[in-house]
Amino acid sequence: MKHSEMTRRTLLAVTTAAALGLGAAAAQAQSPENVLIVGQIAEPKALDPAAVTAVNDFRILMNVFDGLVRYKDGTLEVEQALATDWTISDDGTVYTFALRNGVKFHDGSDFNAEAVKFNFDRMLDENHPYHDTGPFPLAFFFSAVNSVEVIDPMTVQFTLNAPYAPFLSNLAYPTGLIVSPASVETHGSDVGRNPSGTGAFTFVEWRSNEAVVIEANPDYWDGAPELQAVVFRPITDANTRTAEMLAGGIDLMVEVPPVSLSEFQGDAFKIHEQAGPHVWFLILNAKEGPFADVRIRQAANYAINKEAIVNDVLEGTAAVAAGPTPPAFAWAYNESLEPYPYDPDKARSLIAEAGSEGAELTFFVTEGGSGMLDPVAMGTAIQADLEAVGFEVAIETYEWNTFLGEVNPGLEGKADMAEMAWMTNDPDTLPFLALRTEAWPDKGGFNSGYYSNPEVDKLLEAARVSTDQSERARLYQEMQTIVHEDAPWVFVANWKQNAVTSDRVGNFSLQPSFFLLLDEVTKN
Amino acid sequence: MAGYILKRLVSAIPVLVGISIIVFLIMAMIPGDPAMAILGSYATPENVEKLNRDLGLDKPLVQRYFIWLGNLLVGDFGRSFSLNRAVLHEVLERFNATLVLAGTSFVICSVLGVAAGTVSAARQFGLADKAITFAVLLGISIPSFFLGMMMILVFAVNLRWFPVSGMWPIYGARDLPSLVSHLTLPAMVLALVATGVIARLSRSAMLEVLRQDFIRTARAKGVHERSVIWRHALRAAMVSIIPVLGVQAGFVLSGAVYVEIVFQWPGVGRMLVDAILKRDILLVQGGVVFVAACYVLFNLLVDVAQSLLDPRIKT
Repeated sequence: MKHSEMTRRTLLAVTTAAALGLGAAAAQAQSPENVLIVGQIAEPKALDPAAVTAVNDFRILMNVFDGLVRYKDGTLEVEQALATDWTISDDGTVYTFALRNGVKFHDGSDFNAEAVKFNFDRMLDENHPYHDTGPFPLAFFFSAVNSVEVIDPMTVQFTLNAPYAPFLSNLAYPTGLIVSPASVETHGSDVGRNPSGTGAFTFVEWRSNEAVVIEANPDYWDGAPELQAVVFRPITDANTRTAEMLAGGIDLMVEVPPVSLSEFQGDAFKIHEQAGPHVWFLILNAKEGPFADVRIRQAANYAINKEAIVNDVLEGTAAVAAGPTPPAFAWAYNESLEPYPYDPDKARSLIAEAGSEGAELTFFVTEGGSGMLDPVAMGTAIQADLEAVGFEVAIETYEWNTFLGEVNPGLEGKADMAEMAWMTNDPDTLPFLALRTEAWPDKGGFNSGYYSNPEVDKLLEAARVSTDQSERARLYQEMQTIVHEDAPWVFVANWKQNAVTSDRVGNFSLQPSFFLLLDEVTKN
Repeated sequence: MAGYILKRLVSAIPVLVGISIIVFLIMAMIPGDPAMAILGSYATPENVEKLNRDLGLDKPLVQRYFIWLGNLLVGDFGRSFSLNRAVLHEVLERFNATLVLAGTSFVICSVLGVAAGTVSAARQFGLADKAITFAVLLGISIPSFFLGMMMILVFAVNLRWFPVSGMWPIYGARDLPSLVSHLTLPAMVLALVATGVIARLSRSAMLEVLRQDFIRTARAKGVHERSVIWRHALRAAMVSIIPVLGVQAGFVLSGAVYVEIVFQWPGVGRMLVDAILKRDILLVQGGVVFVAACYVLFNLLVDVAQSLLDPRIKT
């Protein structure tokens, strides 16, 4: 009796120890050299550049595909990629590209002018045999394209229906990446699970909800990458992602939550930061209510302590925004612009001057969403600052999709202000879609606060049709000065993208485009 | 028996149709549509309308329901737009993972819960009873996502005994030891609360049985106490414990949602949460109907098991 109990207990102990031992052995296996494990924020939707919209998917795509052009390392300026040269007609409507010779897709087929034409026709021409492999939600980036012609095997010509200056930088965006036509013909709608490009890495496998594996392309036209392979792991929960990084399960982690950054101080990890083409702002309802008066809009800009928001709420993961254009667009940014200083007294006197003391404001806040950072905490801080200068602020909180459904159709009759954030690839996009009179919601734009200034409209129209970058820069800078003064938004923050790498990772840097480029990265 | 099972299966049909209508209406009524979720900041009315047309969401609600139901009846669950693959394919793969996790947890909580309850009842008000009651209350009170994070911190980040998350190693063999090491933490967390509930109910079921005449008779006949409790009393108590296990199985399935998110387990719960946030209508509908069907089936099995154990229950 006694004996049998002992045996059972011993058995239990031995089994437990064995289970723990098994676990321990498996968990301690070190990740191999030259294989980089990247912690992603979600499972990709597809690896078809024409079909996806999320930065999360772009991070993989940019390493497998190339576009005709790309952003120069560390900037948002366009340089050659699969196109070695291009000319633009004087009226800005015909772009002729000379293509790189001797480039092959990973599936062995040739890259040439026919391939380029196939890609754009597939997206834009509803009668194209492979248009049904979509939908292509961002095809409107190229809605200015009238036709794509093959001039000779290595020359391709785009004709636009009107001059459209952001065309080149849209080509550098993932939507413009070139897919192997043969892979589309072979796989049809499943091409997103069987990608074939010309990029530095070739696709190996996609294990659903586990990993996407890519390996080095030894024949890459821009030099073979240092790494042997990259594994992208989707880890949707930010705390779990942090724990994986701490435990050594991943080598590189993107979008580190601000509160977790302190975990990575010290020699075992390196924190990377890079300001991107992002701006976080408050849309003010300039059509009705207190914010119809420019003085009250300026007062809101003075009343909100943006330094405290970026340093305390966002733990330094953002910088204070000065105007509507993020400084990451260095060539188009107006250096002379200063953020509105935190000056509650000035705010109070402006409010008194306009006679709006004690005005009641309805404030739309979202719970989360792409580029929204920490919207509830930021909204609460803003509410407190505005109440300190005498407003009554009522917050209404919505889930992100619901929020967009409320805000995008316009704030009229619903709210005085709303949170918003945009990340774009060209300085044209945001002001053109959200600040022009022609972009009011009833005309299909995103100007949900009904700002209108004919001068700004004129500058933006002119900048869009000019093909001279220095001329465009001048127009954008002038626009920023006026918008800063008119204050249709409260300019709050420019997000700095962050990432953490382990001490085994070398040569890594973040790009202002927020893409993840891994062809130079090493791991020992 | 066969007639009873058939009758139960037929009565499950209206339940499933009801569920399909409810989940369809919920997905249709929550604000924000898939096109908006896909386009995000770029959701102009014009872009939204075009994308909805491409996704086939421009048809009237009733028509869409019957198209969906008709396809469902021939086994076509449609295609998930957020994952760009067949819904059924995805659901089956994910359900497999959930089954491994929830199944393991269910076995753990059933065995531990019944054992703890039985020991408690046998030693009513003794030290073991008090210790078990304390542990059980603690287990019921800790939220599983918090416990999950703490287990990760202690056993995966600091001690490095187990991997933090996932179901399989990213590199290396996909064998049983690696599955066990990935499964241990999430299965324990998921089992904890259910163990507590089962232990409480097993204890009271046992206490009731132990007061009955046939137990006294057994003891009077000189049957060993261990045999009285584990063979005679537990068998009788199982009749009221098994329905509780059935309910707890549903609890384990729904609790798997939190655990799957914390441990990044590639199961159906995490899939549904992601799908709802992305407004992936077909994936949510297909996933919910599938899980509901499994749950209905499981409850049928529980009832059958109960009627086999207890001849008093009419079939």
